Amino acid sequence: MYDIKKIYKATSVQDAIKHLVDDPNALIIAGGSDILIKIHKGKLAGCSLVSIHDIDELRGVSMQDNGDIKIGPLTSFSNLSKDHIIKRYIPVLGEAVDQVGGPQIRNIGTIGGNISNGVTSADSASTLFALNAMLEITGPNNSRIIPISEYYLGPGKVDLKNGEVLTAIIITKENYEDFTGHYIKYAMREAMDIATLGCCVTCKLNDQKDTIKDVHLAYGVAGPIPMRCPRAEKSIIGMKISDEMFNTLGKIALTEVKPRTSWRASKEFRLQLVEELCKRSLKEAIKKSGGVING
Amino acid sequence: MAKVVLSCTVNSEPQQIIIDDRDSLADVLRDKLHLTSVKKGCEVGECGACTVLINDEAFDSCIYLAIWAEGKEIRTVEGLMDADGEISDIQQAFIDEAAVQCGFCTCGFIMSSMPILESDEEYTRDEIRKQIAGNFCRCTGYENIANAVEKVKEDRMNNKK
Ligand SMILES: Cc1cc2nc3c(=O)[nH]c(=O)nc-3n(C[C@@H](O)[C@@H](O)[C@H](O)COP(=O)(O)OP(=O)(O)OC[C@H]3O[C@@H](n4cnc5c(N)ncnc54)[C@H](O)[C@@H]3O)c2cc1C
Ligand code: FES
Ligand code: FES
Repeated sequence: MYDIKKIYKATSVQDAIKHLVDDPNALIIAGGSDILIKIHKGKLAGCSLVSIHDIDELRGVSMQDNGDIKIGPLTSFSNLSKDHIIKRYIPVLGEAVDQVGGPQIRNIGTIGGNISNGVTSADSASTLFALNAMLEITGPNNSRIIPISEYYLGPGKVDLKNGEVLTAIIITKENYEDFTGHYIKYAMREAMDIATLGCCVTCKLNDQKDTIKDVHLAYGVAGPIPMRCPRAEKSIIGMKISDEMFNTLGKIALTEVKPRTSWRASKEFRLQLVEELCKRSLKEAIKKSGGVING
Repeated sequence: MAKVVLSCTVNSEPQQIIIDDRDSLADVLRDKLHLTSVKKGCEVGECGACTVLINDEAFDSCIYLAIWAEGKEIRTVEGLMDADGEISDIQQAFIDEAAVQCGFCTCGFIMSSMPILESDEEYTRDEIRKQIAGNFCRCTGYENIANAVEKVKEDRMNNKK
């Protein structure tokens, strides 16, 4: 039995918001794969919870009329990987979340919870940064849409005010159309391990498939929160696919990241991963776009 | 905290159980329904010993609140027994392949392998290993477990042809 003071099972988003407003100390629980662990370990013992687990309107993926793709925050990792819209238009996201934990965790863990815990190692986060995900946040009085980069305020802290719930993750058409992407999770084991470093690259090539038209580079665990490397990206836009281009990307990315030493890995090792993994991810992304890599 | 009534199906039998709304599903299955095939190894989603099927998908019942099971279909190893009380092909295969040593992990592995065994799709050995990667075994070294699952998968696919 969990040490929970009280738990309310919300029946709709509005119902959840009402209960969160009435009890400002209550926490949202979705799949529970972070919250229940923290209660078990004592960090959140005695907390009050509002469960959004049964709000089915927050589950699933849909294509909007304008071509944007809307992901319900309660969508589990496994349902995201299996979803036909994700498979067809944003396969990189389904592939990234297929690397979370093990099968049981992928069945219970939600993508909304994965970014709302504010953790830098979250496997969906770097890919959502690369995709310039927009987040719909619904509160007692209104709903607002913000870029994912503004959601993260610091380690473990996201921009949710009292009574607010993350109600949708939106990937706009211009951020997936003609882009291909690749995510690499570097970890010590192939399953049930947290990323030592995560790296996602999405790119778009010119018609001849020999030049980078656009590129997005994002990391997890390269800093206190997931991050992009805008200078590295800019430095290779318009460049022909070449060793020089890959080296430029890696070298400039190194100037933008701030990894730390933890028990998992040293700062120096993480820096090496930052330089190496962006090249490997970009190579795979280029291949998926039909580009050719010499040598 | 409150007492609530949970209505769900467990191993094909409809149940109405009075539970505490702070119970995990593992608590309810073990303590209220005495389904002790559900083991508690870590209670934090790391070991898979408590794996059960909820609507045919594998979940760690230790990190699943019992109140979420309302209206759902839950299956444990006890439900694999046939009408004559005989064990199922996958249980027999674990015995034959020496995939059981201390046995603490066994029921969890068997439930994790059910979605593979009940699927119409083919699975490679690597795909089987991926589907049981959320379960820990401290004894066998995993090879015999993968052998048992692979063997039953092959048999079941052949029987379908
Ligand atoms: C054994 C194990 C292995 C794991 N391995 C990995 C891994 O390899 N990679 C990885 O990235 N993660 C891993 N995780 C963590 C991962 O399961 C969680 O981050 C999960 O995605 C959180 O989602 P949830 O719905 O289960 O979370 P919850 O615990 O329900 O919620 C997490 C946080 O988000 C908030 N929240 C949830 N939904 C919303 C919403 N809609 N609006 C506002 N706030 C919300 C909650 O208040 C809470 O603070 C692992 C967890 C376990 C237990
Ligand atoms: S007891 Fe549930 S995963 Fe270990
Ligand atoms: S047989 Fe002992 S843990 Fe697997």
